[in-house]
Amino acid sequence: MMDIKNRLRTYISDNFLMGLNGGVIGDDTSFLDAGIIDSTGVIELVSYLEENYGITVEDAEMVPENLDSMAAIERYILRKTMTRAAAV
Amino acid sequence: MTSMAASVTEDLLDLDCGFVVDEICAQLKETIVRFRRRGAVVAVSGGVDSAVCLALSAHAIGPERVLALLLPERESSPDSERLAREVISLLGVPYERHDITSALEGLGCYEARDEAIRHVIPEYAGGWRNKLVIGGGLSGQFNHFHLVAAGPDGKRVERRLGLREYLQIVAATNFKQRTRKAMEYYHADRLNYVVIGTPNRLEYDQGFFVKNGDGAADIKPIAHLYKTQVYALARYMQLPEEIVSSIPTSDTYSLPQEQESFYFALPYQQLDVALWHVEKGRPAAELAEALGIDTEFAARIYADIAAKRRTTRYLHEPPVLLAAHA
Repeated sequence: MMDIKNRLRTYISDNFLMGLNGGVIGDDTSFLDAGIIDSTGVIELVSYLEENYGITVEDAEMVPENLDSMAAIERYILRKTMTRAAAV
Repeated sequence: MTSMAASVTEDLLDLDCGFVVDEICAQLKETIVRFRRRGAVVAVSGGVDSAVCLALSAHAIGPERVLALLLPERESSPDSERLAREVISLLGVPYERHDITSALEGLGCYEARDEAIRHVIPEYAGGWRNKLVIGGGLSGQFNHFHLVAAGPDGKRVERRLGLREYLQIVAATNFKQRTRKAMEYYHADRLNYVVIGTPNRLEYDQGFFVKNGDGAADIKPIAHLYKTQVYALARYMQLPEEIVSSIPTSDTYSLPQEQESFYFALPYQQLDVALWHVEKGRPAAELAEALGIDTEFAARIYADIAAKRRTTRYLHEPPVLLAAHA
């Protein structure tokens, strides 16, 4: 799980920016404020997270606190996967 | 109400309808002449926006220079055509009717949409009806879409849409608006007329239109008017009561669908007031006072308006011409 942010950075850079300026996305950069993703992009991001981390993102979890920066997503993924592990 | 809230009333509700109608009609006529066209085509849906646009066009250049179009398809509500015919008849405007179902079948509209729906709801089949519902924005979530489908036995299923299915359903459904626009321009070209676009200010500002579909037009006579004001003009021009008192619907999906559950998240009366406050640069606290809601909810309304503007900005963009660098 150490590489969540690095994988995300590559995904965001490749998928949303086609390689343009991907390196300047900071851990706490707001995707919305930086104009990197819009609401369609959020749906795309959710699909990516569900497919790659085996989680289900609930409607109530689709909030900026969970999804609007790489640091926020990392915290969210770690929380979700720990919850899943604890349930097994 | 505070003095600022009173100015909302002044701006939105106390419209000088006679002045506004005269102003729009003068500009309509002047623009049609400047474009060297001889009349106007208006597709009439049965809703208040197209009814007002038809009435303004008829008033501006005479009903004989206007062509109204009825463009139903197999999923349109029969009430829409009945109301459209009522307003066309009232205004004495010539009209043509084209059922666009076969064109949509030929384009694969229904097939592509239903294929995407079955990815989400495998039991979806003939006799089922569907609609999209937007949600999340006013709860502090990112906006996302749910698909609602109802079977012939009344069974109702709701699922959140993933990216591929969402995009395919929207893309296939957009054939409806684009096919209608193709028919409008066919008649406009045939008659040397302009095409009138019917968006109101809410739809235009919030991007509730299909690029090169209902978003395409030569003149948009009511795109500067809030929905509340469009209803006021409808009453002033004595359009049929059923239209004047109607609740806005999309009539794009086969299940009945009010615009507020599909896209806007708020009834138009409240959204008009909210948009007015945004455009005047007023703080959320003032909107909260005007609508009788708490400031946190008003702030979410502001955020939702901003999010929809951001997401749909590209719809307003003309084609980009690239300059060659020396």
